[in-house]
Amino acid sequence: MAVIEAIDLRRTYRTTTGVIRRKPLEVEAVRGISFAVEQGELFGLLGPNGAGKTTTIKMLITLLLPTSGEARVLGRDVVAHAREVRGRIGYVFGGDRGLYERLSALDNLRYFAELYGVSGKAQRVRIAEVLELVGLTGRERERVEGYSRGMRQRLHIARGILHDPEVVFLDEPTIGVDPVGARDLRRAISDLITSGKTVLLTTHYMFEADALCDRIAVIAKGEIVGEGTPEALKAGVADGRVTEIEVFGVGDPVVERLRALDGVTAVAVEERDQRQLLVVQTTGERELTAPLLAELDGIEVGRVSSREPTLEDAYVALVGTE
Amino acid sequence: MRHVRVFWTGFVLHFKNLSASPFMMMTAAIWPLVYATLAFLMFRATGQAPSLLYAALGAAVMGIWSTTATSAGGAIQQQRWYGILELLVGAPSPLILVLAPITVAIAAIGVYSIATTLLWGRLLFGVPVHIAHPLLFAVSIPAAVISIGMLGLVLASALVLYRAASAFSQALEYPIWLITGMLIPLSLLPVWVHPLAWALAPTWGMRAVRHAALGGDVGAPLLVCAGLTIAYGIIAVTLLQHFERLARDRATLSLT
Repeated sequence: MAVIEAIDLRRTYRTTTGVIRRKPLEVEAVRGISFAVEQGELFGLLGPNGAGKTTTIKMLITLLLPTSGEARVLGRDVVAHAREVRGRIGYVFGGDRGLYERLSALDNLRYFAELYGVSGKAQRVRIAEVLELVGLTGRERERVEGYSRGMRQRLHIARGILHDPEVVFLDEPTIGVDPVGARDLRRAISDLITSGKTVLLTTHYMFEADALCDRIAVIAKGEIVGEGTPEALKAGVADGRVTEIEVFGVGDPVVERLRALDGVTAVAVEERDQRQLLVVQTTGERELTAPLLAELDGIEVGRVSSREPTLEDAYVALVGTE
Repeated sequence: MRHVRVFWTGFVLHFKNLSASPFMMMTAAIWPLVYATLAFLMFRATGQAPSLLYAALGAAVMGIWSTTATSAGGAIQQQRWYGILELLVGAPSPLILVLAPITVAIAAIGVYSIATTLLWGRLLFGVPVHIAHPLLFAVSIPAAVISIGMLGLVLASALVLYRAASAFSQALEYPIWLITGMLIPLSLLPVWVHPLAWALAPTWGMRAVRHAALGGDVGAPLLVCAGLTIAYGIIAVTLLQHFERLARDRATLSLT
């Protein structure tokens, strides 16, 4: 049985526009998402800002009611059995809010341990364990307002797993954290899986998803546009090669000509100061470097390289075509 | 037992958190001194107060209510600004046990005002601090604090869905301390106000505190105060269930 199940899950936000003459506005944030996460799996939801990742996670952790569809966590419906689900899951949101800043990490953890029914005796042991896991041992008596962003994020993770939940939801846990801090957080997330937990992670960092996730669902505009292991996603979207060409002053007509070339599956343009980097995905059946350069005749070309496709290439192809 | 622990741990945490706020401490310490000064001068001029201690205690409880009125109405809103409301609602403990400690802690911060007011009265106006029933006084103070905190929770739960909640709550500051007899005896107010005053637990909390200090029946006002506090709790549970359902539907638990 799947630990997390989403079945045709939808969520529409109703809001208004204008100040004096208000007009009702409906925004479909999630449009019929279905997926299942198995026991002990680290499942990633990958997508750009506003794709519906956080909305999906908030429905699963009982903080938002779905407009339609069903969601179950550990076999319990998240609407009908919200309290039961809440006691068996943990969740962590990205960002540095969500803590009592004027109090110590220990005060924060003790309070949430109590809210989650961790008994007095078990609290001391458990708090020491989670502080060790996230590398905050020795800093727990300091006020949170003096913590760095990375430390706050680690404290969030400690809070989220304090009651030893079976399922952990992590919503962009490394956002805004420096590279070393993010690496430590990823190590802490890997340790969760080692300790037998099921994890649903949202991120828009490709390397993070590639390094951590067993399976990934790519979300764009509220719909799943691709799902599978990182390897399958890479292979499915670009089963050949990626050619990167550095150019100076390429225009849209040229990019369109490149896209029209036989064997080219996607072309992305990355602006880099005075230069542009053309990232061309090809089927790999033929060597296309020469035809690509022929189309760029008359344009100043810099470095040209060819490489294996990455998850980012797969992501760009999936999200970019939406 | 677990529920008591959840409430107590929450109360201690929020009390510590609020005590670390310079704004809250200023509110709790300075305002009551202004009220006390006004009350002392007013009663001294008219000579109608039963005693200056009567005025001092009234000013102190006014301080508790002022702190609550200015902060408790927006207490849930503030948790939202901190980004903590989602974490509190998402916890498996009943919402009343999560939120009631916040408003009771806000009211308890006002206890600082009792100490400062009595000290102020003693030093500046020579008010003798003689408590008739010290033990009952020690029981009456927490009873008044809890009743005011629970009234704050009812306000917070009723107003959380509206953006102007905090402003409305603050607008209730003066009417409540006027009609609950904190400043002037209830007997001086029009008769039609009395039923309203009787429905407010702070009226009875105030009466219990004064009777304990100055002499008089403490048991009856304490019992009525406790009964009304429980009634506020029941109202708050109903309102919070409604709030939680609406907030999950309208996606208003977080700011984003």
